[in-house]
Amino acid sequence: MDIADFFDTFFEEAEELLADMEQHLLELDVDDPDSEQLNAIFRAAHSIKGGAGTFGFSVLQKTTHILENLLDSARKGELSLRADLVDTFLEAKDIMHEQLNAYRSESEPDQQAFERICHTLQQIALEEIGEPLAIAPVAASEPRPEASPEPAVATSEPAASGQLLVALLNVKEKDRTLLVEELEQLGEIQSQSGDEQRFEVVMTASVSADDIEAVMCFIIEPEQISISAAPSSASTPDSAATPATPPAPTPSAPTEKPAAPPAPAASKPSAPKSAGEKGGEKAGEKGGKKGASESSSIRVSVDKVDQIINLVGELIITQSMLDQTVSDLSDQSASSGSLQNGMSLLQRNARDLQEAVMSIRMIPMEFVFSRFPRVVRDTAGKLGKEIELITEGKSTELDKSLVERITDPLTHLVRNSLDHGIEMPDKREALGKSRQGKLTLAARHQGGNILIEVKDDGAGMDRERLLAKARENGLNVSDTMSDEEVYQLIFAPGFSTAAEVTDVSGRGVGMDVVKRNIQGMGGRVEIQSKLGEGTNTRIVLPLTLAILDGMSIKVGSETFILPLSTVLESLQPAKGDMYAMAGDDVVLKVRDEYLPVIAIHEALDVADAITDPTRSIAVIVQGEGRRYALLVDELVGQQQVVVKNLEDNYRKVPGVSAATILGDGSVALILDITGLHRLCRAKKEAGKSAYAQYLSYDKEIELS
Amino acid sequence: MTQANSDAVLSAAEADNSEFLVFSLGEEEYAIDILKVQEIRGYENVTRIANAPDFIKGVTNLRGVIVPIVDLRIKFHLDNVEYGGQTVVIVVNVADRVVGIVVDGVSDVMTLTPDQIKPAPEFGVTLSSDFLSGLGSLEDRMLVLVDIDKLLTSEEMALVDTTRHA
Repeated sequence: MDIADFFDTFFEEAEELLADMEQHLLELDVDDPDSEQLNAIFRAAHSIKGGAGTFGFSVLQKTTHILENLLDSARKGELSLRADLVDTFLEAKDIMHEQLNAYRSESEPDQQAFERICHTLQQIALEEIGEPLAIAPVAASEPRPEASPEPAVATSEPAASGQLLVALLNVKEKDRTLLVEELEQLGEIQSQSGDEQRFEVVMTASVSADDIEAVMCFIIEPEQISISAAPSSASTPDSAATPATPPAPTPSAPTEKPAAPPAPAASKPSAPKSAGEKGGEKAGEKGGKKGASESSSIRVSVDKVDQIINLVGELIITQSMLDQTVSDLSDQSASSGSLQNGMSLLQRNARDLQEAVMSIRMIPMEFVFSRFPRVVRDTAGKLGKEIELITEGKSTELDKSLVERITDPLTHLVRNSLDHGIEMPDKREALGKSRQGKLTLAARHQGGNILIEVKDDGAGMDRERLLAKARENGLNVSDTMSDEEVYQLIFAPGFSTAAEVTDVSGRGVGMDVVKRNIQGMGGRVEIQSKLGEGTNTRIVLPLTLAILDGMSIKVGSETFILPLSTVLESLQPAKGDMYAMAGDDVVLKVRDEYLPVIAIHEALDVADAITDPTRSIAVIVQGEGRRYALLVDELVGQQQVVVKNLEDNYRKVPGVSAATILGDGSVALILDITGLHRLCRAKKEAGKSAYAQYLSYDKEIELS
Repeated sequence: MTQANSDAVLSAAEADNSEFLVFSLGEEEYAIDILKVQEIRGYENVTRIANAPDFIKGVTNLRGVIVPIVDLRIKFHLDNVEYGGQTVVIVVNVADRVVGIVVDGVSDVMTLTPDQIKPAPEFGVTLSSDFLSGLGSLEDRMLVLVDIDKLLTSEEMALVDTTRHA
């Protein structure tokens, strides 16, 4: 898979994040800022920076980094907000958007705007916090901070008051007169000159360049007009000077457009023309490419897709009902041939539709994993570490919405592992480990969940250090907390044990985003760690949206689904191979191996099932590394099923991981092998009150 | 109640009036807030859930959504529990969940004024008065007003996973 595939995802995400950021900035009450909102703004900047870094968009990354530093100070209360600071932040956001668009159209972003905003932001840091920001490696390479002694440009000054040079290209005289009249309405015209190919008007506008363009576009095409800040010399009414000052653009250039950010260009009189033109060319290019890429995909809410999937499911069920009716009809009347043809067409179309709808959502984990070699390589390179990346379970299919949302948290976790987990090569060698650190990304289905692991063989987590840091941060902790609870501390907002802040990690923002995102998906994060041996971060996501290859089985009149991945084989048990053990327990001998037998009809109280084991079928299944023999009445067949969460409207059911809807519209339960085994044991131990016992047992597991 | 009278009542206390869906369990009449009701459908195709309390009949497919079905007749220990063409499931929305409740029949929708709603007496072993929002008196009829939110999310209904939400 090509990394370019992820660009679009990043662009879309970044765009959303920028929009979020803007909204929060606008809502922000400068006198009494809501810390949650400041955190949200900061997180948005942080996420954009991370993504930009991954894809090598260095200008965007640097801009965001500086902004992020300021936002960090703001959320820590070191920087008191003022309305004009928020204005500057908003402007920075606009410039980031410009940069994003430039990258999207595969061109380099406007260098001048970038330098200017960096300068402005750094100036703020200098003036407001009183010290130059400790700028991390990337930004430090900028020669900006001390180089230019002039005070920050007053960027918020409205562009409208500046002088504008409006150039009309290839406009006929008749239209031109009209346009000049229009311009007179918008401001005071200082001078006008030129011919049909290029006619220039220098004016003091009372409105912004955008507005002028908007007005003019009623009469001429946008390519025909170019607006830029007039050079200061042009303010004299000497009309001859005007055309000479700009480096005479060729009139035939059709791509010339108004400066992309007209406001900043206009407020900066030092080098206005070249900035304007550069921006103009970019804008033209952007227009063309962006149009093409936008049509290739649309973002649709998952709810809508879910709704379609449910509706298609209903359609299939209705169709099979009709089918039944039609086949009953055909017994009686001979004239139903065309009806039957129609029905079979309907059936095929409905199935195709269902498949197509399903495929919208499912993509293999490879889509996520394949972006990591690059992330690991870059990060490891920056940190001077040697890393081997191993991925497992690439083909595990995951719902697209989950895939999209799991990428960011995973990136954070991987970076964290690389930065804090795995030690420097020399240190590893001294500890008797191989110089090359190992990072494993694994995905698999487990007990009705999808389990994604980020494993490293690094230093592991230091319980005492975490506790000390937590106390320092004023968190409520005690020495008696379990390891798991202590590890969970790293998910607290602002918690980081890293000694210094780098652009890789260390602000403590990542993990709180990780946890939020995963909880947002209805999942949870577990951490297993051993000091000196490594850390395993396990993301457990519910199957809510996942699809499952299932084996449908019958017990009595009830149908159940077994996850196909757990089924090894099935056989007819012979009487001689069944052995009773310690009273109630039964084991089945399969090729010199004794497997515990679980009779589903006993575990799930099915009344009308076959009770004689030799007349039923034993399905050999595997769950959490152990094998069991399940006794069922009948194997029905394999089918793909959409997993429906039982907990949405009901609750966790022992021995059952989820439910699905069968072709006839009825609900079938998906069995959880280890859950069944536990249920069976609990039942045998406690007889009648098994259910209560099981529940409390289950509760203990949940809590531990 | 005369027409004029009821009109006067309506205009006087319209904001406080509530509409209730009246259903029957055996001989008794119960009512729930109509705003909680999503739809009414027949009882069919319910998949049994093993090891669940007997009043939880199982789950059913409501246009792609898995919905648990609770038989209030069993919960309230009624004698005659039969499933036939008249058996009705009221699908309600409580606490962001969709739950179906089985009743013997749905009769009508009633508007009750605040003075028609009497406080529920402190009694009841099977149906704790915690789950009642009052008794509705209508001439010779008495409606038991069930606080369906409280009832269905209560621990004894075992519908909500306490381990999850703890």
